[in-house]
Amino acid sequence: MDFKFTAEDETFRQEVRAFIDKELPPDWTGSPWVGEPEKETEESWQFAREFTHKMQAEKGWLTMHWPKEYGGHGASAVKQCILYEEIGFSRAPLVDIYGPNMVGPTLIYFGTEEQKKEHLPRIKGGQVIWTQGFSEPDAGSDLVSLKTSATEEADHFVINGQKTWSSIAHYADWMFILVRTDPHAAKKHEGLSLLYLDMKTQGITYTPLINIARGHTFNEVFFENVRVPKNNLIGEKNKGWLLAMATLNFERAFGIGRVGQINRWIKELVGYVNEKKQRGELIPAEALVREHLVQLSIDSEVLRLLAYRVIYEQSKGRIPSYEASIQFAFGAELMKRLFKTGMQILGPYSQLGMESKWAKLKGLMQRDYLYTPALTLAGGTTEIHKNIIASRGLGLPRSH
Amino acid sequence: MDFEFSEDQKILRNSVREFLSIECPTSTLVREMELDPQGYSPGLWKKMADMGWLGIVFPEEYGGTGQKYMDLTVLLEEMGRSCVPGPFLSTMLCGLLILWAGNQQQKQTFLSDLIHGNSVLALALLETDGRYSADAISLKAHPDSDNYILNGTKMFVSDAHIANHIICAARTANDQAYPEQGITLFILHAGSPGLICSSLGSDTIARDKIFRMDFIDVQIAKNHILGELHLGWPLVQRLIEHGAIAECARMLGGAKRVLEMSTAYAKERMQFGRPIGAFQIIQHHLVDMLTLLEGSHYITYQAAWKLDEDMLCAREVSMAKAWVSDAYNEICINGHQIHGGIGFTQDHDMGLYFRRAKAQEINYGDADFHRDILAGEIGLI
Repeated sequence: MDFKFTAEDETFRQEVRAFIDKELPPDWTGSPWVGEPEKETEESWQFAREFTHKMQAEKGWLTMHWPKEYGGHGASAVKQCILYEEIGFSRAPLVDIYGPNMVGPTLIYFGTEEQKKEHLPRIKGGQVIWTQGFSEPDAGSDLVSLKTSATEEADHFVINGQKTWSSIAHYADWMFILVRTDPHAAKKHEGLSLLYLDMKTQGITYTPLINIARGHTFNEVFFENVRVPKNNLIGEKNKGWLLAMATLNFERAFGIGRVGQINRWIKELVGYVNEKKQRGELIPAEALVREHLVQLSIDSEVLRLLAYRVIYEQSKGRIPSYEASIQFAFGAELMKRLFKTGMQILGPYSQLGMESKWAKLKGLMQRDYLYTPALTLAGGTTEIHKNIIASRGLGLPRSH
Repeated sequence: MDFEFSEDQKILRNSVREFLSIECPTSTLVREMELDPQGYSPGLWKKMADMGWLGIVFPEEYGGTGQKYMDLTVLLEEMGRSCVPGPFLSTMLCGLLILWAGNQQQKQTFLSDLIHGNSVLALALLETDGRYSADAISLKAHPDSDNYILNGTKMFVSDAHIANHIICAARTANDQAYPEQGITLFILHAGSPGLICSSLGSDTIARDKIFRMDFIDVQIAKNHILGELHLGWPLVQRLIEHGAIAECARMLGGAKRVLEMSTAYAKERMQFGRPIGAFQIIQHHLVDMLTLLEGSHYITYQAAWKLDEDMLCAREVSMAKAWVSDAYNEICINGHQIHGGIGFTQDHDMGLYFRRAKAQEINYGDADFHRDILAGEIGLI
């Protein structure tokens, strides 16, 4: 057991901070949700895209954990953790976590050489945006019951159906999609295949879904006779379920960015409370406020260790399953408590938004608080995560 | 960064677990010692000494094996799992104080005996208001030619009745503005005249043997000061940090056992035609326990690592003690819930852990005490 940050790690941390400080405007208020920048303006979206591209072009950090043969640096687990912690803390925008962390590794492990040659360089270059096509209106937690079909022709699959909750599909270049290729399979999960498709393909349309925070982050996507080359099949036909589970696991393994975000907010709230005290202002229920902030910081440290542990496991070539779910579910619930506390601390000012010049902390607390119901839903509901932990982590029988 | 134990640590853990499963079963020895006035088995103590457990963190020149606090933490975790009774923890912590602050003669006098299982040491730190703070230390030590005369009261001294030596934190100078100054550590013989030991009852929650000690003109030679006059508090603070992590280790071991028992029970207990572990809410209780447990594991070992590296780690120590204290108690409550009525009977081991969770939380600062420390550590003014 060794928790050391080496001198090299610290140098890397400073390098990341320097890059972010240089590239991020001081008044940047872009969404902290890595990969889901809130489209306040076209400019902020464009900036997010450029920032990501620049980071990849100059530093290659987002794919540094990839094997060297695919352009990675074979970077250590610690460095990945440091990168995402700093990005989370600075609220820097990343337009695509799917590419470097889900699609890329899936292709590296399961793709053909041709597929790798086509896609990995572009992901590494930060030149593409990927979106996920998994959930459907009738297939959320019960994903395996999905109905979007892909019928096989000579050289193509023809896709018909509908996906929902596709984040940034409205900007995406590519989608990785789970489809039903065998509607007659004995078990539902045995008839699914994982494909990728070009979002410019004829027959794809989308409808924006505006969330309660007035943000356009996700969409319904419709497929009408969308012809996809057979080469776009990842792995084997009808064996897509396990691949999809692997990609979902890569997604939820990604909790370390939240640690940075949480610590940034704790720092701002501590500063806010201290400044009030220094001005001689009374803080209502001060003892409770202090206790909440202390407990949040303890929980944040636990989350950090659990998130590091997942990245460590991956760096050893192991595939964490329940471990990823543990930190994901814990992190989601922790963030909910963070924003609940934050809103309480701001009192009546908490209701003001980013447009108000009287808002405290730039009105960002209200915006982030409005996203909290999604935290325990997106990336797998907490209930599903707990089911996974129960079966994979504790060996308990299926409850449903 | 490495989140795994070394091969040596794995071997240590396995050998300890195997030994304790035979030598310290919860079904027999642990329960017998709860009722026994001495509260520990000298036979087991000797065996532990022979296995080298008492010397893990002490240098070879005194008979120890010169290993790390992390290794002791692994050992303590297994001892917590097995509910090992007796003065191991206080003896270890007193030994560390002697190692850190003792002069050569003191180290030679006390450490070798301790390591070979020939002496037990107790720590007299808390006083009647039960706080682990410098300003709570008011037991006075007045100089008188070659001696100090101690008067006052210590409370919650574990295993004072079987100790050979007591290490006591006393006040040798009083500055109200700086209570951390003027505290001195003394090491005294347990049979010193004027020292009155009163049991705090045979029905303490975990059946720990804890005592009140009244000091009435207890005379201690000046050369029995440990470390420097008036400068004892930094040592005490460092000791509280080590004690807190030692308790985290024991709590962690107990918590792991509780989850193990609860999961096993959920898989075998049948109701409504299936194992209760097939019901989602039971599953989610167990998952919540696992989350608390995994957090406890890493936060404890991180703090142990920092102590080994001699780093300033008040933040990590207090975070660990607060988290693990809450977690172990919560895990026990959930464990009871899953076991249903049978876990509430004395025959079942659940009660052993539930009671120890409270006692171990209290030692070296409970969750609230450590949260208080953390307010300053996170920058709140």
